[in-house]
Amino acid sequence: MILGKVIGTVWSTKKDENLVGSKLLIVRQLSLDFKEKENFVVAVDSVGAGEGEIVLVATGSSARQTNITKNRPVDAVVMAIVDKLDIPVNQ
Amino acid sequence: MYFGKVIGNVWATKKYEALFSMKMMIVQPISAELESLGEPIIAVDTVGAGPGEIVVYITASEAVIPLPVDFAPVDASIVGIVDTINLAH
Repeated sequence: MILGKVIGTVWSTKKDENLVGSKLLIVRQLSLDFKEKENFVVAVDSVGAGEGEIVLVATGSSARQTNITKNRPVDAVVMAIVDKLDIPVNQ
Repeated sequence: MYFGKVIGNVWATKKYEALFSMKMMIVQPISAELESLGEPIIAVDTVGAGPGEIVVYITASEAVIPLPVDFAPVDASIVGIVDTINLAH
């Protein structure tokens, strides 16, 4: 999964009929220190994430493994809202 | 399957229902010589790995296979803790 921040939503009226009712989020990838990277994905929301939230995105065929995205043309899904990252310094 | 080093874990209370109580770790991909390769990823832990440990992880939809559920939005999971790597040079 990749770490990202929801920076917006997508409005799309004409789309594949299997996507009707899916909330599409624009997620910009983040580094572990929460700095925004250049790349972003459009992902279907499965947890009720909103703008500004830090989330995890599962990509590829795994993205279809939710009740919302099952058998639908989806390759990225927001599947968790991140509270915090724990990164011990001494390893 | 790839080598990685666990560098931390993710706290996420709100997640997709099938992922309830699963542990998510931050994994830095590494080479067989233990050098960092590319960007860290987040993987579900199925073997009880902790920070600092070298692990084997799998990606793509196969990552769901070791989980206790058979249907979950997971694209990376840790499937083993590495004791030693023997390289024939």
